[in-house]
Amino acid sequence: MAVDGAAVTVQLPWRDEHPIAVLIGVRAALGVLTLFVVSVIVFLATEVLPGNAAYSVLGHSATPQSLKALEIQLHLNRGLFAQYWLWLSGVLTGRLGNSLSNGQAVWGQVAPRLVNSAVLVVGAGVIGTVIGVVLGAIAALRKDGWFDHVTSVISLAVTSLPEFVVAIVLIILFATVVFHLLPAVAPIAPGTYAWSQPRLLVLPVATLVIVIIPYILRMMRAAMIEALESDYVEMARLKGVPEWQIILAHALPNSIAPTIQVIGLSFLYLAGGIVIVEDVFNFPGIGQGLVNAVSDRDIPVIQFVVVVLAAFYVFMNIVTDVIALLVSPRRRIAR
Amino acid sequence: MDVVTSPPAAVSPPRVRRQWVDLLGAVIRTRRGALGLALAGSVVLVAAIGPFVAPYSPDQSVTFPFAGPSSQYLLGSDMLGRDVLSRVLAGGWELLLMALAATVFGVFIGAAAGISAAYLRGRVDGFIMRTVDVFLAFPQLVFALLLVSIVGPKIWLIVVAVGFTHAPAVARVLRSSALEISERDYVKSIELQGVRPAKIMRSEILPNLVSPLMVESGLRFTYSIVMMAGLAFLGFGLPPPAPSWGYMIQENRIGLSLNVWAVAVPVILIAVLTIGVNPFTDAIARVAIGLDSRPDEALIDDTVVEA
Repeated sequence: MAVDGAAVTVQLPWRDEHPIAVLIGVRAALGVLTLFVVSVIVFLATEVLPGNAAYSVLGHSATPQSLKALEIQLHLNRGLFAQYWLWLSGVLTGRLGNSLSNGQAVWGQVAPRLVNSAVLVVGAGVIGTVIGVVLGAIAALRKDGWFDHVTSVISLAVTSLPEFVVAIVLIILFATVVFHLLPAVAPIAPGTYAWSQPRLLVLPVATLVIVIIPYILRMMRAAMIEALESDYVEMARLKGVPEWQIILAHALPNSIAPTIQVIGLSFLYLAGGIVIVEDVFNFPGIGQGLVNAVSDRDIPVIQFVVVVLAAFYVFMNIVTDVIALLVSPRRRIAR
Repeated sequence: MDVVTSPPAAVSPPRVRRQWVDLLGAVIRTRRGALGLALAGSVVLVAAIGPFVAPYSPDQSVTFPFAGPSSQYLLGSDMLGRDVLSRVLAGGWELLLMALAATVFGVFIGAAAGISAAYLRGRVDGFIMRTVDVFLAFPQLVFALLLVSIVGPKIWLIVVAVGFTHAPAVARVLRSSALEISERDYVKSIELQGVRPAKIMRSEILPNLVSPLMVESGLRFTYSIVMMAGLAFLGFGLPPPAPSWGYMIQENRIGLSLNVWAVAVPVILIAVLTIGVNPFTDAIARVAIGLDSRPDEALIDDTVVEA
């Protein structure tokens, strides 16, 4: 804390008055810079490194004429900077060109996938956060009780499980072998959105929820235990404040603050986790889109999806930092 | 303090070796470490001796597709009527070897970058850590997929890609551990003797980073297994006729209700492996920071002298 405060005690008065605004500004600027570098890397990696993207797409079926046509379509006949500029302005304005595998507009293909994936990430993130926080708090309140032991053993085991293992176990249990309660795949029909068929969403969301809960639970438990053993809780107890009020008004808010970092990390994790989960459940989101595009070497789609996921990453990092700052009174004052 | 630690060349190498052996010994003696080793070790054993004891050829159709378990084919058959038991036994070692190679590669690059950043400071530090920030902006699996999309699913590329995605996080952790060590007096005194920075980093700073290195290696090994198996599951692994646990799950999914074992057994093996490595790594970390019992010899030079 002290170090944080010292770093900001610069002469400029407006810095002291609006420390959070300054922080957001600096983080946002760095984020934009990071994204710019990310876009350059993605562009260079996919368009320049393999020698010629047109050839790698057409492969053995390439003829001089088809190569020429594709080179013009991908602007490969122009200079490097011109290529990058054309691509970047396309990404920023939604004019992404056409998919190389089926010739349709990339934006038209990817936009509904983006919505579907967002439903999955937000749904799993919110549900996982609520369950994780509640279970973590209960485990802390009943520290070293049976509930605490059971949740800590299960979470230690689940933490390291790959998503597809969790997904397949759920499919075996609830969709195919043991019970036949839910559909094993979630092929949302094109043109309809994920929330219109909630039954299809249950297993994909449950998979992601199960995978993120352990992190949130462990962090919440640790933070809650620390809060319950703190001086201010001791003080409140001595004053005779009822226990439920101590928990809800003092311990809980103060343990949410450190947990928010982990919740943010869980959302980051979800951005990568959807790739495999969408593939398992045949769920038409950007993760499945990316896997298909990688199989087909569909470069415009790969570029766009990777940049979108990186942008989500950078954005979530900033949001997490800022929220953690806002909800933690001690840090706010130290600035 | 300085007097004891200053003759470096003669003392460091044996101490390094003993240090990680001692650490592992202490880890195995903890309950967590022993349990983890037993779980992960049994899967490693299956993968290692499996190819030699498999009853049938893993690539040969022996019966009809998705046959249930029988006395002849203990785990039934897969989508092409191949013996599931034989494929399971033959398909583990490549996952383990690839995960191991990726871990070694990633921890090596990450450690080199992190230690250089911490020791050399200034512009080198700035450059390395900004690069790390940029690469941390990609989800690991997405970045690996991006690399695979460039060259195609080649085995060496998948190892390099997975290893490379570990490097930024490893660099961050080791930089913060190495920062304090590069400030120690004995490092300064060796600097004054005119020893080259590369040698100082290798033989003075690295030996003090054994515990964070081991914790990172364990952690990255778990992630490597998860990512390798995940990539194989997505179809970016060894090409299809070859048996691999990750791809077995993918290709036999359609027959779940006919022969669940073709999917369940690879799933269980991957699960037990990752569940085992995790508490083992956890035990390393706990022993290293002194939460659980340490080896008799202390791990940090300074405490040896004080004790």
